[in-house]
Amino acid sequence: MSKQEQHWEKSKGLLMMTLAIWFVFSIGIFLFGAEMNEVTGPFGYPLTYWFTCQGSLGIFVILIFWFANRQEKIDEEFGFSERGDD
Amino acid sequence: MIKGNFIDNLPKVYGIYTGGFLGFIIIMSIAEQMGMTAKTIGICFVAFTVAIYAIIGYLSRTAQADAYYVAGRQVPTVFNGMATAADWMSGASFVAMAGGIYFKGYGYMALLVGWTGGYVLVASLLAPYLRKFGCYTVPDFIGTRYGGNLSRFMAVVVLTVASFTYVTAQINATGTIASVALDIPFQYAVYVGLISILLCSMLGGMRGVTWTQVAQYIVLIIAYLLPVFWISNKMGAGFFPHFMLADEVSRIAELEAQFGFVKNSAENLKEVPKGLAGITKAHSAVNATPWAFISLALAMMMGTASLPHVMMRYFTTPSVKAARKSVGWSLFFIFLLYSSAPMLATLSKLSLIDPSLPTGIIGKSIAEVQSIDWYQNWNQANLMFVSDFNGNGTLELNEFFMGGKAVVLATPEIAGLPYVISGLVAAGGMAAAMSTADGLILAIANAISHDVYYKIIDPKAETAKRLVVARVLLVVIGFAGATIAALEIQGILGSVIWAFDFAMSGLFFPLVLGVWWKRANKEGAIAGMFLGLVSGAAYLIWVRTGGSGFLGITQLTFGIFGSAVSLVAMVVVSLMTQAPNAATQKMVDEVRVPAGKSILGKQH
Repeated sequence: MSKQEQHWEKSKGLLMMTLAIWFVFSIGIFLFGAEMNEVTGPFGYPLTYWFTCQGSLGIFVILIFWFANRQEKIDEEFGFSERGDD
Repeated sequence: MIKGNFIDNLPKVYGIYTGGFLGFIIIMSIAEQMGMTAKTIGICFVAFTVAIYAIIGYLSRTAQADAYYVAGRQVPTVFNGMATAADWMSGASFVAMAGGIYFKGYGYMALLVGWTGGYVLVASLLAPYLRKFGCYTVPDFIGTRYGGNLSRFMAVVVLTVASFTYVTAQINATGTIASVALDIPFQYAVYVGLISILLCSMLGGMRGVTWTQVAQYIVLIIAYLLPVFWISNKMGAGFFPHFMLADEVSRIAELEAQFGFVKNSAENLKEVPKGLAGITKAHSAVNATPWAFISLALAMMMGTASLPHVMMRYFTTPSVKAARKSVGWSLFFIFLLYSSAPMLATLSKLSLIDPSLPTGIIGKSIAEVQSIDWYQNWNQANLMFVSDFNGNGTLELNEFFMGGKAVVLATPEIAGLPYVISGLVAAGGMAAAMSTADGLILAIANAISHDVYYKIIDPKAETAKRLVVARVLLVVIGFAGATIAALEIQGILGSVIWAFDFAMSGLFFPLVLGVWWKRANKEGAIAGMFLGLVSGAAYLIWVRTGGSGFLGITQLTFGIFGSAVSLVAMVVVSLMTQAPNAATQKMVDEVRVPAGKSILGKQH
């Protein structure tokens, strides 16, 4: 496999992982919204309510930064990172 | 002024600007103490901020295509994040979102999840690859990746349908705020709003819009957060509302159980002015089926990843790496406002319905409520209404009605904050609506000037002529939008949601598969865009004209049907026709590697 193909394989792996986490917190947990809301979540809010107000939203922010860092690592590993910083 | 070291000085420039704005708020509150009228304060806030944006727009004027279309591709990640957040958060987010949560609770909060979760798709599936591509507009990517004028043109059509639906709502919002703050009739206020919008974008294109959007973000986030924190502290609900409102949320649930949700008869409801609603849904309980919630969230997420005015913000970053990070910053800045909206809704609702609070009106006598100053003001503005349906003389929960906008606009006054805060909120709403309208009008005008005029009609046109065409289109589209907005056909929020559905119906799969599926070809993309848009629109019309719909897909989520048709059409047609040629496949390979030159040259 060429360097480029390996790079793409790894990038695809990262994409799948990112989308899996995204799926859980944007869709998965809301399949059980009613049951989950019986539980008390962070700061004392009902759990489902907390996820819709802060939880899922905050997780998405962290997820994007995590994804960006991982992808940069992959790019560096194969020597595809861009020169210069922003 | 805006050259070279301007970029290095950005933190300083916007730091001074923020300090200046805070200073202005303080001056205004001193003026209020000295007896300046509420109306003058409102005018000062809106006029002062719009004047600043106009100055920034003027200073950012440019005669270069690169600067006009993509701000010279030198916008640093954090600032691009702020600009995207302003671009993204529209009048609907600012004025209507807290109201939606207030009235509809959980079922509405699917929008919060959808409008943030979509950025994960933007960051992982699209933004970095489109940045590597080096395009000026979204149709530029479609046209180059798939080849041919027809695919490019189809992309322009989808973009225009979605963005135009969206922009009329935003011009409507600027008009509403301008008409209240400046006290002029809505029909004229719409054009005042439009001229303010054009001042930001006409001379500098994307460059002007970028730097005004950063300024607008700063105004709108201060205008949103300051009242939320102030009200929370004033009510003694906690100094940091986001972490401390659990007691208030459970108190609302308790009161809801105590009052019960009494259903009003249709006859009684006829008395209630149009657009006002009562509290009929639980505040924090799960009041929607999983599919109703998930389908709305999913439609908004895929729509986010297909809306061109957002995507084109990531064309302005210096590198692919920066584009990815910038998506994270965008969502962070959006998160600051979105996570505050439910808190504002909670504070607003509790202060109105809790009889043990001095501001609570439920349980008071109707006559007493009708004599409250703020009630009279907002009743006159057609945003509040009470009526003694059961004739017992006291106000019940089901006898109190409010407009969705009142949650953001009236809560400061109800909580007893000085008027200067209401002026600030008006300026914030104006900033939110203007920044989004700017991004959208520019997206449409750029697509038509670059993709239709330059790429299809006259590929030999000189830069100067292209930019003249772009600016003329900007004005024409703006006026068309304002004219439709002045007719007031539909509500702000409804048309915003439709825009997402249109965008995802036509563009989501052609964009995503363009990067992630090498086999996707021109015929497939054209079929995907065309059939996606047409079937989505047909479904909307069918449901609007009394059709029953299927699979629980409503007029707010018709994009799920449209995009499914788009996906099937694109895959089937692609596989039935010839694979893309070797040059195209090589191009896709190159897009997937962040390093190296962009696919399209600097001047194309």
